[in-house]
Amino acid sequence: MWQFFHKLGSPKWFFGIATRFMPWLLAGGLLLLAAGLIWGLAFAPKDYLQGNSYRIIFIHVPSAFLAQSIYISMAVAAVVTLVWRMKLADVFVKAIAPVGLLFTFLALFTGAIWGKPTWGTWWVWDARLTAMLILLFLYGGVIALDRAINDEKSAARAVAVLVLVGVVNIPIIKYSVDWWNTLHQPATFKLTEKPTMPMEMWLPLLLSVLGLYLLFGWLACIRMKTEILVREQRTRWVRELVLAGRK
Amino acid sequence: MAFDSFSAFIAMEGHGPYVWACYAVFVVLLAGLMVWSVKRNQSVLGACQRRYETDAKTSGQTTRKAPATFTRVEISQD
Repeated sequence: MWQFFHKLGSPKWFFGIATRFMPWLLAGGLLLLAAGLIWGLAFAPKDYLQGNSYRIIFIHVPSAFLAQSIYISMAVAAVVTLVWRMKLADVFVKAIAPVGLLFTFLALFTGAIWGKPTWGTWWVWDARLTAMLILLFLYGGVIALDRAINDEKSAARAVAVLVLVGVVNIPIIKYSVDWWNTLHQPATFKLTEKPTMPMEMWLPLLLSVLGLYLLFGWLACIRMKTEILVREQRTRWVRELVLAGRK
Repeated sequence: MAFDSFSAFIAMEGHGPYVWACYAVFVVLLAGLMVWSVKRNQSVLGACQRRYETDAKTSGQTTRKAPATFTRVEISQD
């Protein structure tokens, strides 16, 4: 167990594993996402209440899922950075923060467009919407803080602390629809209950969520590889790897 | 198929602009992030390669040190 943990901390080991998994993540992600989106756009039945505008759900919900999952994984990595000083954990946080920012923006943007025909307005200061906006600012803050500090180790620690402070926002986003009775509809996915949607709507949604998770895995791998190259370019193994790849 | 014709599919009973705008922005931004990540990976890889190559060329030779001058001294402002 501990050996595995130490291996996981080694940038060299990660580099090899990531290179091996990346084609599968990319192919699987694109395939599942395309299947889910085409099914959702063209073949799923229309909603009896919202009509065809509900089809935005097939990108809105996956984006919102990713936005929160990425933040939670960043928080776990932040703990690892602070407790074990593992370099790879900090590489992870730095590499995926922009991805999280993008998905949070997409969740807000698609939500705003969905809100216009459904609620009659682009934006309301609903509890969930506001909490998501705070998440967007948190991602922005993480990226800005990391860029503002030149020293790698101080930047890693400052960013980790900011990520951990911001994690309080995640349960607020999750339970906002239960705590405050405002415009946003309740959760679509529940682990403990049967889905309230019919299968023909729920399955394509599941496919696009899984596809986007795989694509996120691919994005995390390639961005972490870039970051490792930048940080470890003076080491012998990177030098050998780069020179071997040139032939 | 949930629609009778292709034009009905595009129009989505009046909800077309909302739905298609969302999907377009989603696809463009996601693809953009993916392409940007690949490009950045390649440019960093290329920079590493060039650096190692110039290192390999200059190693083994006596590198000429610039003569000391007193004209300009960089002082850290920290």
